[in-house]
Amino acid sequence: MSNRKIRVLLAKPGLDGHDRGARVIARCFRDAGFEVIYTGCHQTPEMIAAVALQEDVDVVGLSCLSGAHNYLFPQVAKLLQDKGANDITVIGGGIIPEKDMAGLYEAGIKEIFTPGATLDSLVEWINNNVNPKE
Amino acid sequence: MKELSKKVLEGDIRAASRLIRNLEDQIPNTYIAMQEIFGKTGNAHVVGITGAPGAGKSTLTDELICAYRKKGDTVGVLAVDPTSPFSGGALLGDRIRMLRHAEDTGVFIRSLATRGAMGGISKAVGEAIHVMDVLKKSKIIVETVGVGQQEVDIINHAHTVAVVLVPGMGDEIQALKAGLMEIADIFIINKADRDGAGKLYKETLNMVNMSKDNKNGAQGWRIPVLLVESVLEPIKFAESVEALRDKIDEHYQYLIDNDLLSERMRRKTTAELNEALWGTILQPILKDLHADGEINRLVDKLLTKASDPYSLAAEVASKYMK
Amino acid sequence: MFTEELLDKSSLMRKKWEDEVKKVIAKNADQKERWSTVSDLEIKRIYGPEDIKDMDFARDIAYPGQFPYLRGNQATGYRGKYWTFRMFSGMGTAVETNKRWHYLLTTGQTGLSTAFDFPTLMGYNTDSPKAKGECGKCGVAIDTIDDFRDLIKGIPLDKITTSMTINPPATALWAMYCASAEQQGIPLSKIGGTIQNDMLKEFIAQKTLMCPPEPSVKLISDTIEFGTQYVPKWNTISISGYHIREAGATAVQELAFTLRDGMEYVEDAIRRKGLHVDQFAPRLSFFFNAHIDFFEEIAKLRAARRIWAKAMRERYNSQDPRSWWMRFHTQTAGCSLTAQQPYNNVVRTAVEALAAVLGGTQSLHTNSLDEVLCLPSDHAVQIALRTQQLIAEETGVCNTIDPLAGSYFVEALTNEMEEKAWEYIHKIDDMGGMVAAIDKGFPQMEISDAAYKFQQQIDAQEKIMIGVNKYIEEDETVDIPFLEIDDSVEAEQLERLAAVKRKRDGRKLAECLKDLGNACKKGDNVMPYCIEAVKNYATVQEICDVYREVYGEYRDPGIY
Repeated sequence: MSNRKIRVLLAKPGLDGHDRGARVIARCFRDAGFEVIYTGCHQTPEMIAAVALQEDVDVVGLSCLSGAHNYLFPQVAKLLQDKGANDITVIGGGIIPEKDMAGLYEAGIKEIFTPGATLDSLVEWINNNVNPKE
Repeated sequence: MKELSKKVLEGDIRAASRLIRNLEDQIPNTYIAMQEIFGKTGNAHVVGITGAPGAGKSTLTDELICAYRKKGDTVGVLAVDPTSPFSGGALLGDRIRMLRHAEDTGVFIRSLATRGAMGGISKAVGEAIHVMDVLKKSKIIVETVGVGQQEVDIINHAHTVAVVLVPGMGDEIQALKAGLMEIADIFIINKADRDGAGKLYKETLNMVNMSKDNKNGAQGWRIPVLLVESVLEPIKFAESVEALRDKIDEHYQYLIDNDLLSERMRRKTTAELNEALWGTILQPILKDLHADGEINRLVDKLLTKASDPYSLAAEVASKYMK
Repeated sequence: MFTEELLDKSSLMRKKWEDEVKKVIAKNADQKERWSTVSDLEIKRIYGPEDIKDMDFARDIAYPGQFPYLRGNQATGYRGKYWTFRMFSGMGTAVETNKRWHYLLTTGQTGLSTAFDFPTLMGYNTDSPKAKGECGKCGVAIDTIDDFRDLIKGIPLDKITTSMTINPPATALWAMYCASAEQQGIPLSKIGGTIQNDMLKEFIAQKTLMCPPEPSVKLISDTIEFGTQYVPKWNTISISGYHIREAGATAVQELAFTLRDGMEYVEDAIRRKGLHVDQFAPRLSFFFNAHIDFFEEIAKLRAARRIWAKAMRERYNSQDPRSWWMRFHTQTAGCSLTAQQPYNNVVRTAVEALAAVLGGTQSLHTNSLDEVLCLPSDHAVQIALRTQQLIAEETGVCNTIDPLAGSYFVEALTNEMEEKAWEYIHKIDDMGGMVAAIDKGFPQMEISDAAYKFQQQIDAQEKIMIGVNKYIEEDETVDIPFLEIDDSVEAEQLERLAAVKRKRDGRKLAECLKDLGNACKKGDNVMPYCIEAVKNYATVQEICDVYREVYGEYRDPGIY
């Protein structure tokens, strides 16, 4: 039985400022008992990866509504892998066309949430798929 | 656990962050890692930044990081935010103001939730400072929660405590009375370009002068009151934070020159020993009592007034501690 | 509004009706207990004379073109002129966007509106590391005046008005427009258009950030002053509630925060520039959201006009009726659209557009059905534009002005919106104004609360979005065509930028930027220096970097 509290980093890579979703999810995660580090808008993948390591998070949640997800999401996953942090689960959300999904999964993004996903389904996914090690 | 401490001693950031997390999550046997580390601590200068919410602590910390980096120091930051009493979750939002340092390998920022602790910091802060210390951070800044005025625990952990005040928050004087006065080594009047800053400055100065004969005064450290100018003027802001940095360092030098460093750490160290005694002696006993349901039997005795807590404690002690 | 006799009679009849209602619901309960707007404002089962009995026709309603302009600024309503059909567009390179514009002008669109890509919006060049992957994705990429000239090629600048959705780098882009016009031989006094140039709502909602609030407002006052002196037909700001609403605000919050932003700009221009309110207020314009809750939106727009007229006359002693007019553009709500069953978005947009028209908008953008998925395709844009044309020319709603005036419900709701908005406005006054309130995180927090509550209501099905939490189609495949910006756009734009950098006179440019920096430090108006700099091929980022250096960089404080 783990005493672990799940730690989540929520970040918005890229230049878009549409943070409504990220802000709502930050609160929802707090209310689900997670510790949430929210780094706001306009992050580079390098910043996000550095913060993820310093904060020892279990999950990195990325939100992007600008259309640049095909570059930004895989870049975060790659930087984490390069630093040996394969165990950090990277998930993404935003306006992600169906046809981009396969490529993102391929790049190491574990799940993509698109508009319409309920808050409960997000929390449930994390509880089912993220199990922090002792 | 030994492997973890080895990695930490090698400077592995993720391992350090994991060790801090083990301390937060109270993972058993974490003490084994800490055993390896304790002897190598005591090199860093620990600086506490405390003050009311909205006082600008994070922005100040951010600029202070720059000031220290400019001087060649490496910096560790422990930023504490409150845990929600309802869900146990937390929004850790301090580091958002320090993001420009994200990729600087000379800076390690770690957010912590209070996890129910009162007093403005979390229980793990003391040990997290040790972890930052062995990562060879020469300055460790602890930013307290900033939700109330009872944030005095920081005095146990920091060599230098800076209390941030801002004009227009209404309750400056109350805050001073409520005990921040007792812990301040330096007062900062932040947002000093705002209306009311002059008045606040005078009030604070009066307060400091009146308490000239308190512990600080007697030992010769006069608590300075520094004005930090508007963040809206980056150059001015940076300059006043550099002055703050110098003042903080001056205080540290003062402690060293007067041989007060270990005096300052006595309370923390005593608390650590208490904690370790509790963990090593009492915790296994409690675990044992819980495991076989003995604890319920004991509580029943109290509820029916068949015995009293003191006699039962003596009974337990005699059984376990021969 | 009503005689005592009528009110007595009405309250008797209302009592009787209430008894009847009680009897019926005792047997058959209502479908749900609480009925509220999309903003969660509770609505009564019915409204009657009692609900608006304190209104005074002359004081509160009046006729169009009469104070307090509840019913519109223009005496003739839409009979003289429909609202401007202004569709927001831009993608890829300037050349491509220019082509699209020429096409749009052939379809009956009457004004242009520019969408810039994210690097341009944030004041970065395409060659900045921060811009990687973003070039041309959500709008047109503009780095230098060369791009700008291509953008407006063949557009008669003295006839067509152009709106530019640009905020932190507004001075740079407007300078490019002014310089291009001059080079075409068109005097500044002849050009008309709008720059959004509203930074306060960026801190509150949209997060296109550059410098801190205080110097940001200073730059805006510079444009107001420059416009007043040299470009009198230009709207130097479009004070925007749209993004505030999209960030999750309620209708009342949108109304209150937007108008309070407007007041902040008015106060700054008076204080900092020594202008008289009537010198510049007639060129302040506004921009609202038209969300899905039909009556709430109509009430919001009507209330906005009345609040502004009162504020201008009473708070700022404005004497010129043109200053009292609130002129606004409206866009249907992007956040009300769904990726699921996207064709439903046509219906949503139509309802929202109708609300905007009944609320008396001067200008309208209707969203395309695919906008929640990608950049809009030509076909989708056409349907959206036709929606406006259809409302204007088929439905008959333009036959008479403000047809909902006098409705017990609409008037009562309008009053309620106004009352609640003033509460917020006064609260922000007490905090020391909008810049101070933003510093405290007040509007940001209010919006976050509202957004979270709404999402919880959606999850609990207390609020409905068709296709999202009701009437869901499992295994739905979206079969709409996708318009995509090729990554080759980035390479092309990088090459264009490199070419400009090669040909320009570096020394002259450095001088211009130094002059601009000095102007910033001295508090002088930056506009003349900006124009000089862009003429010498300063990039958008080079100008913004000067601002960042002098004024400091503002980072998202992440209030949530």
